[in-house]
Amino acid sequence: MSTTETPAHEDEYRPSALAVARRGYRRRQTVRSVLLAALSTAVLGTVLAVAVTGSPGWETVRGSFLSLSVARSSLPAILEGLWLNARLLGACAAGALLLGLATAVLRSLRGPVAFPLRALAASYTYAFRGAPLIIVLYVLVFGVPGLRLTGTPSVLVLGGIALVITYGAYLAEVFRAGIESVHPSQRAAARSLGLTHRQTMRHVVLPQAVRRVAPALLNDLVALQKDVGLISLAGPIDAIRAAQISSIDSFNYTPYLVAGVLFILMAAPLIAVTDWVTLRAARRQNAEGTT
Amino acid sequence: MTADPVLSCQAVRKTFHGRPVLHGLDLDVAEHEVVVLIGASGSGKSTLLRCVNLLETVDDGAILLDGEEITDPRHDADRVRARIGMVFQSYNLFPHLTVLDNVTLAPVRVHRVHKAEARRRALELLDRVGLADRAGEYPDRLSGGQQQRVAIVRALASSPRLILLDEVTSALDPELVGEVLALIAELKREGTTMLIATHEMGFARQVADRVCFLDGGRIVEQGPPSRVLSEPSQPRTRQFLQRIVEAGRL
Ligand SMILES: Nc1ncnc2c1ncn2[C@@H]1O[C@H](COP(=O)(O)OP(=O)(O)OP(=O)(O)O)[C@@H](O)[C@H]1O
Ligand SMILES: [Mg+2]
Repeated sequence: MSTTETPAHEDEYRPSALAVARRGYRRRQTVRSVLLAALSTAVLGTVLAVAVTGSPGWETVRGSFLSLSVARSSLPAILEGLWLNARLLGACAAGALLLGLATAVLRSLRGPVAFPLRALAASYTYAFRGAPLIIVLYVLVFGVPGLRLTGTPSVLVLGGIALVITYGAYLAEVFRAGIESVHPSQRAAARSLGLTHRQTMRHVVLPQAVRRVAPALLNDLVALQKDVGLISLAGPIDAIRAAQISSIDSFNYTPYLVAGVLFILMAAPLIAVTDWVTLRAARRQNAEGTT
Repeated sequence: MTADPVLSCQAVRKTFHGRPVLHGLDLDVAEHEVVVLIGASGSGKSTLLRCVNLLETVDDGAILLDGEEITDPRHDADRVRARIGMVFQSYNLFPHLTVLDNVTLAPVRVHRVHKAEARRRALELLDRVGLADRAGEYPDRLSGGQQQRVAIVRALASSPRLILLDEVTSALDPELVGEVLALIAELKREGTTMLIATHEMGFARQVADRVCFLDGGRIVEQGPPSRVLSEPSQPRTRQFLQRIVEAGRL
């Protein structure tokens, strides 16, 4: 190992024997932990596979949950339903973000004139963060049409409204946390330049607030994308309802599994974006901490 | 007929939770004058500046800007603040905006200056403080001294009648203090009207036309820096300066 390579200058750095030994040790450690991880994964996988496929009821379960032919025949209807979920998700996400932002801004207003608005916004967030989504959904979807008012929107729209007001309340709290995290000196600086309360909010506070809470907002949107499936309880034929129908037709649970996998696929990009934004925010925070 | 002072504080009183901080304070600042406030920590220097900028509401007394009472609650506070520039100890640049956008925000949004015109003037000002080449960067990429110079430029960009500077060098390394003080000295040469709070007696001596010593919520002594800082007539001013000298020796 002590063969001379290029002739060294007097001041050229050469790792000491100690450093070389440390490096070798670290390399061996890495190889060892990779091998260990691979081995334990293989063992666990085998154990799980044997336990599941060797279980007494495996044949029945495979037949009723993993039937390829049922999956194939139910797929078109479920995909069509999923398109409804996707559109509903888009509309509800936009609606909930707007409602949440508006509510948070109302809660940040000062002065006695704004008191009723503040109170209204506060009671809204209290009530709808506590109310189970299913109940809000039932009330809107089954209760409102019962009033027999002219111009009552469709069940789909009512269900969408239930999602928007429930998620709007969560998002309002996230936005509010962001608004409050902006240091008061930022407001003072903006006001000292002559910006009005509104301009300060719009150009100084909100841009910083939204950046800070973007990971939390996206996380709530991931939760919303799952909950749009609850609309099936109200009747519209979305992916889950379509799965239910084919499941009843075929006496088989496979369509539910198909719908579940499709939901995961639909969520994957949103989850990936969320993770990326979260990582970036964490990095930026660290960078702020070092300067 | 003598011209109105740019700023006139008349018997200004300000309390926090019943504890008076400003105790019927009188102070005039004439056009092109540079007035420096000195005084112990907690003597109310920042409070006075914040009251002038209407970031705090006074309890009693009046503050006049160009002879117009701005403490009148019927007055539009935003319009008043637009005529006064303020620079803070902690710079308070907007971290989500570039240097250039920090400087042009108020001219464009408050003074309705055309965007291109605002940028041109901002770049001109940034060039004067040697930061034109950093215009596109975000504030956290700049050193403290550079950030504070941007903050001063931001205050200047609206061509205010009066500039308030609150301990603008306290957060800076001694090496960076010089570049900020040089800028303020230059503003003074151009005739900018300034009201400055500071703990730097050397700076006060260099830029002040008049030094005011604040104690117990009042101005105890005022006059040209050569007199107030070298031969104070009030025992409390002497005590304060004595303490500064001692702290300097430590
Ligand atoms: N928002 C506030 N609420 C309560 N008390 C306050 C508030 N702002 C200032 N004070 C009090 O008013 C007094 C004067 O504060 P101020 O910041 O004006 O002093 P200062 O002269 O600027 O001091 P320093 O040299 O340390 O900056 C202090 O006792 C402070 O505690
Ligand atoms: Mg202060």
